[in-house]
Amino acid sequence: MRDYELIVVGGGPAGLAAALAAWENGLRNILVLERDSALGGILNQCVHNGFGLHRFKEELTGPEYAGRFIDMLSDTDIRVRTDAMVLSVAPDRTVQYISPADGCRTVRASAVVLAMGCRERTRGAISVPGDRCAGIFTAGAAQRFINIEGQMVGRRVVILGSGDIGLIMARRMTLEGAKVLACVELMPYSGGLNRNIVQCLHDYDIPLYLSHTVTDIVGRDRLEKVAVSRVDERRQPIPGTEQIFDCDTLLLSVGLLPENELTRALGAEMDPRTNGAVVYENMETSIPGVFACGNVLQVHDLVDFVSAESGRAGAAAADYVLRGGAVPQRVIPVENGSAVTYTVPQRIRAEAAGDGVQIFFRVNRVFGKSVVTVKRGETQIARFKRDHMAPGEMEHIRLPGKLLSLAGDGGITVSAEEVEA
Amino acid sequence: MQDVIIIGCGVIGAACAYHLSRYRLRVTVLEAGNDVAAGTTKANSAIIHAGYDPEPGTLMARLNAEGSPMAEAICRRLDVPYRKNGSMVLAFGEEDRACLRTLLERGRKNGIPELRLLSGDEARAMEPALSETVTEALLAPTAAIVNPWEYALAMAETAVRNGAALHRSCRVTAIAREAEGFAVTTSGGVFRGRFIINAAGVHAGEVHELIGEKNFTIRPVKGEYYLLDKSEGGRVARTIFQCPSAAGKGVLAAPTVHGNLIVGPTADPSAPDDVSNTAGGMEAVRALALRSVPGIRFRENIRNFAGVRANSDRGDFILEESPSAPGFFNAVGICSPGLSAAPAIARYLAELMAAKGLELQEKEAFIDTRRRVRFRELDGGAQNELIARDARYGRVICRCETVTEGEILDCLRQPIPPVSINGVKRRVGAGMGRCQGGFCGPRVQEILARELGVRAEDIPLEEPGSYILTGETKEARP
Repeated sequence: MRDYELIVVGGGPAGLAAALAAWENGLRNILVLERDSALGGILNQCVHNGFGLHRFKEELTGPEYAGRFIDMLSDTDIRVRTDAMVLSVAPDRTVQYISPADGCRTVRASAVVLAMGCRERTRGAISVPGDRCAGIFTAGAAQRFINIEGQMVGRRVVILGSGDIGLIMARRMTLEGAKVLACVELMPYSGGLNRNIVQCLHDYDIPLYLSHTVTDIVGRDRLEKVAVSRVDERRQPIPGTEQIFDCDTLLLSVGLLPENELTRALGAEMDPRTNGAVVYENMETSIPGVFACGNVLQVHDLVDFVSAESGRAGAAAADYVLRGGAVPQRVIPVENGSAVTYTVPQRIRAEAAGDGVQIFFRVNRVFGKSVVTVKRGETQIARFKRDHMAPGEMEHIRLPGKLLSLAGDGGITVSAEEVEA
Repeated sequence: MQDVIIIGCGVIGAACAYHLSRYRLRVTVLEAGNDVAAGTTKANSAIIHAGYDPEPGTLMARLNAEGSPMAEAICRRLDVPYRKNGSMVLAFGEEDRACLRTLLERGRKNGIPELRLLSGDEARAMEPALSETVTEALLAPTAAIVNPWEYALAMAETAVRNGAALHRSCRVTAIAREAEGFAVTTSGGVFRGRFIINAAGVHAGEVHELIGEKNFTIRPVKGEYYLLDKSEGGRVARTIFQCPSAAGKGVLAAPTVHGNLIVGPTADPSAPDDVSNTAGGMEAVRALALRSVPGIRFRENIRNFAGVRANSDRGDFILEESPSAPGFFNAVGICSPGLSAAPAIARYLAELMAAKGLELQEKEAFIDTRRRVRFRELDGGAQNELIARDARYGRVICRCETVTEGEILDCLRQPIPPVSINGVKRRVGAGMGRCQGGFCGPRVQEILARELGVRAEDIPLEEPGSYILTGETKEARP
C-alpha cells in the first residue's frame, strides 16, 4: 500500500518544478517535503534580479521566480510539508522524515524525486591557513544574514572565489555600505557568469585578482587582515607576492557541493565528476523509480535550467508511476572526452530516447571559437560550433533520436576543441 | 572563604572540581574564558590513551594507567560519548622494530593489559586501510576515543550541580597571601580561599608568578589537525599511531566519537594562544598520515584546527604544592596524556591537599549522574514521544548533524549554559558537520538571542570580541 504516487524531497526550485510537472503529467497524489519553514529554497535569499529570462522571458528576482511556481502549486492538490527533514530514502521508495507537526513518520511512494539542492564548500574544504576568528562566512551564509535576517556581516570585505554567489555578494555588500577590497580567484579565469563579473565587479570598481589565493588569515577574535598571494601554474602560492588587506570580513565563494547524503545512503550509483547520482536520459537514478534533478544532480548556473531539468524529472516520474518504468535494454554510456569535465546524463537508454536527448556538460578551460564533437565508438556522429565556452557556463547539446537508434557498439564521447579563427 | 579555588576550567580544572564536589567542601572555579573546556581541552586528539607510552615510574605513567579506566566509568555515569576502539602503533621496517618493543615493555611495566605485537599482515587484516609498507604493529585494545569537551563540561556541570561555584569570564589578575589562605583578585571580583589549584594550562606560569617564583617553565607546543567528513569516518576503526622518531612524533589517524576522521597533530613550539593553522603544518600532517593510511581522501576535509599543549621543562606532569607558596598547588605541564589521566590527577591532588589539612568528608547526597537528549540516536518511537511532548524536538536546526531546536533549548537550561555560537556547538553539535554551520549558524544565533533576551548582533562566535554581525541592513533599520 503506497501513501503517495510521488514524494519530492526538497521544495526549492528543483522540487517545485518536478512536482508541478508530475501533476501536469497526470499524478494526483504528490507530497513535497521541505526542510525549511517555507517553499522556495535558496531563491528566497536571492533578492537580486536576473532570474527567469529563459523560463518566463522576463527578469525576476529570486523570490518572484519561486513565487511563480508556488502560485502554480497552489492551484493543484499537491501536498506540502514544511519544516520536514527527510532522514532516509529506501530503494523501495520508503521515505522517513521528521517535522514538528508529524513527528517521526515513514511514508511510501511509487516514485521519489530527489531535489535536495547543494551546499557551499567551506574553509575546511580548501584548508585556508590562519586563525579561526569570526568574520569568515560562506557567501551564501552572508547572503542569508543580509537578505533574510536583515543583518550586516561586516564593513571591509575580501571575497575568495569568483563563483556567482560571491560576485552577487560583492555588489550586495557594496550597496549596503561595505567596502569590498578585492575578489580573489585561484584559477586564471572566473568561475562565475560573465554578466555577473561585469554587473557586480566592474560596475563597482572592485578588482578581480585572477591566479591569486588567500594564504593567511589573521585575527584573534574578529578577522583583522588577510594575506593574498599570486599562484603559479600548479596553483601553488608564489613566495614574495604576498599583499595584505586590512579587512573584517572574508567571504568564501569556492564552489558548491550537491547535497547527496540521502542519495548515497540509498545506494544509488554516484558520479565522482558531478558528486551527483548517475542518471539516465529521463533523470532516473540507478534505483528504479528514484529520480534526481537540479543542483543535487549537477550544479547549475541558472535556475531556469534547474526548472527545465526538474520538469523532465517530474514528467518521467509520472510516466514511471502511470505506465511503468523504462526497461533498460540497450544502454549507451556517455563519456567525457578531451576538455570536457562531465556529462549529464551519464547513460542513455536508446529505446527511450524518443526524438532526442539533451546532454549537459562543462569544459575545463576558457575556449574561443571551438567545436563540440560527439563520437559513437570511433565514429563522429555530431558536431556543434561554439563561439565561446568557459568552465563557469554549463553547455548543452541535443542529439537527435535517430542518431541514438543507429546500431553500433560503444559509448558516446563528448569532446571540445578550439578551431582556428 | 572557600576551601579550594581552582584556577582554570579545562579538563583538569573540571576534573578537580568534580572530584572535590563529592566532599563537604566549598569549591570555586575561576575561568578566564566565557566557556569551559575552550582551550587545550577542545583542540587535541580526543584520545584516552591505553598507557604504554609514558616512561615507567613517572606521574604520567601512573596516572594514565589509573585515569583511563576512571574516564571510562565517568563517561558512562555522566553520559559522555566514549568508545573503546583500541589503538595500533605502526612500524615501517627495521628502524621501528625496537620502538614497538620499547613501548610494549613500558606498557607491561605500567600495567597496561592486553598489549600485543602484530605482523604487518595481521594488522592489515584488522585494519584493511593500512599501508602495504607496515611491517609490524603494537595493538592496545584498551585505548579509547572520547568527546573531550563534553567530558570536561559534564564534570564541570556535575560539580556545579553538587554545589561548586563556577565563574566564567573571570580572569585572575592578582593573588595575595592572607592570614588564612589567599585572596584572588579577578576581573569579576575578589575570591578568598584556603587552597588554590593552578590548572591554568598554557598560562599556568603566568598565574603562578602572581603569588611567587615558579619552579617550572611552560613550553607550549602547537598541534595542527584535519577533521574529515563522516564519509571518511570509517577509514580506520582504531586509533592509528606512528612510532616517534628523529623526524618527529608522527601523526595519528582515528575515528572520532562523532563519526568523523581526525588526522594530526604536528608538534611545533608556539606562543601560548597561537592556534592558527599553517600551510606547512597542514602539508606535514597530510604527508605523514598518508604513510600510515594511503587512502585518506583529504578532499573530504571539513575543518582544520590547532591546539596548544602545555608541555613543560620537566617532561612529566607537575602535581605538587609550590615550594614558594604553601597552599598553592600546581596541576601544570599537563600535556598528553593529560586528558586520559585527568580524573586520576584530580584524585592525586586531593590526596596531596588532604595531607596539608584539607578534610575530605564525603557528602551524603552526591549527584553523580547526568543525561541529555541526543535526538539523532533515539529510535522513531522515542523521537515521537519527545516531539509529542515538545514539538521543537521535531524542528531540525543543524541538518548535517540532525540537531533539533529542543536540544538547543535543553542545553540553555543546564548548569553551565552556552553564551556563544561555538558554546552551542560544543554542547549539542550544531555546526559541527560538513557545512560547518553555514545553514544552522544564523538559526542558532536567532535562538540564542531570543532565549538570552539580547540582540542577535550581541551573540559572539566565541569570546565577546568575536562578533559575527555588525548591525542591521539599510532596509531593516527604521
